[in-house]
Amino acid sequence: MKLVTAIIKPFKLDDVRDALAEVGIKGMTVTEVKGFGRQKGHTELYRGAEYVVDFVPKVKLEVAVDSAIVEQVIEAIVGASRTDKIGDGKIFVYDVDRIIRIRTGEVDQDAL
Amino acid sequence: MPCKKRSLLISTVSTVILAGLSAAAWASTASTDSGDTAWLLTSTALVLFMTIPGLALFYAGLVRSRNVLSVLMQCFVLVSAVSILWIVVGYSLAFSDGGIGGLIGGLGNAFLSEVTVDSVAGTIPESVFVVFQLTFAAITPALIVGGFAERMNFAAMLVFCLLWTLFAYIPVAHWVWGGGWLAELGVMDFAGGAVVHVNAGVAALVAAIVLGRRRGFPQTAMLPHNMTMTVTGAAMLWVGWFGFNAGSSVAADGVAGMAMLVTHISAAAGALMWMVVEWVRHGKPNALGVVTGMVAGLGTITPASGFVGPMGALIIGASAGFICYWATQLIKQKFVIDDSLDVFPVHGVGGALGMLLTSVFVSAGLGGAGLPDGVSMGGQFVVQVIAVVATAAWSALVSYIALRLSGRVAPLRVSVEEELEGLDLVNHEERGYNL
Repeated sequence: MKLVTAIIKPFKLDDVRDALAEVGIKGMTVTEVKGFGRQKGHTELYRGAEYVVDFVPKVKLEVAVDSAIVEQVIEAIVGASRTDKIGDGKIFVYDVDRIIRIRTGEVDQDAL
Repeated sequence: MPCKKRSLLISTVSTVILAGLSAAAWASTASTDSGDTAWLLTSTALVLFMTIPGLALFYAGLVRSRNVLSVLMQCFVLVSAVSILWIVVGYSLAFSDGGIGGLIGGLGNAFLSEVTVDSVAGTIPESVFVVFQLTFAAITPALIVGGFAERMNFAAMLVFCLLWTLFAYIPVAHWVWGGGWLAELGVMDFAGGAVVHVNAGVAALVAAIVLGRRRGFPQTAMLPHNMTMTVTGAAMLWVGWFGFNAGSSVAADGVAGMAMLVTHISAAAGALMWMVVEWVRHGKPNALGVVTGMVAGLGTITPASGFVGPMGALIIGASAGFICYWATQLIKQKFVIDDSLDVFPVHGVGGALGMLLTSVFVSAGLGGAGLPDGVSMGGQFVVQVIAVVATAAWSALVSYIALRLSGRVAPLRVSVEEELEGLDLVNHEERGYNL
């Protein structure tokens, strides 16, 4: 089992959600986050003073998947969120030791 | 000549006001005008509306979210506290005879002891005049809040603002509107360019310097937490300013009408000019720029509003947008003074600019109401300079002493840790937002 964490542009969230649904993903966690990478921040202007805002708003999406479909999931996220412009984000893939569905006590694959 | 007629009207109105305020015996035999009274009742409500909620929201949106309540609270409490100060001694010291010649009024009307349902000021009930003037006294210290926002301790703020109102606002109001020495000199300050804006602007600058910068200024960006709130408050200020300037005619007459017109023109011109300057210089028209330019235009037309014509107002407003923009850059970026919400460059500089330009655009040849007989433009200019310099110097002196005194009563500013935590929790044990 893998945990796929993707940092994406906020306006791409709906596209990514649809693409993931198509490969059979049934749940995900989405968080509004801020950060910076090569895109750096942006400037904001207040009464003639320009401020560099380092942290750009992004969406962090976490989805736990069966190892068998991890490549499909990555493709779906990349395909739906890529704009070819700087700041498209990153995907991190982690191993997951255990998964437990709280309501039923099901574990691992059954809990996905 | 319509211009001559208007200038005559202005002098008649001001004479009537002064006479009405100083001579109780005369007042008791005078009668009120219902039109004038209705307009002043309305104006009073408009000017109160400028402070709460207008100015309070304007300022509250500009601070960070952890200080939003502190600013709202300071404006609200200042309105309440200054109101009490005003009825106890303020009105009497500003507008009564029997004080120290030309410098301060007497205490004969302390606790409004001589204000009855029948007392008259000019053509309106004195009670209305008392509360109309009260709303001016209330907004002036509330303007200063922007200078020390996000770091001043509430208790010290309250002591400082009350001392300042008593020793700076009230005397200057007497000098200019209460028949004091500047009135004797023939100063033209229709609605408070010196009394309100220079006075408060200088106090904010002194407070910003004495308190020191906010932690992290200027390296860290201190972004407004809610621009929607700020634009909303600014729009309320524009509306309220009609009461401030057109109400200062203390009559429902042609002077009030012209004051409203020129006020509106100047606000619009100031907003557009600031927008254009930022657009050209930074590449984007900016909402905070537009509303700040509007406030600058309003502050700058304030002293001129009963004296100048529409074209004078256009130039006054546009120059306000331009000059106050550059004053803001100078104070914040060149001198690195943390006047948090730019009170001095917008109100202090704008008020002074308006005082000086009044002497130019009052001229009948430039569409104004005309200078009094025997007074030259240069002569009036000198009087206006004297008023600005005297007000600024007195306000600076009183501010410094009042800050030092209030610093003995309570710490002037909160500690570094408390500043990080935010004044809302530290001073008030509340949060603006529980989301």
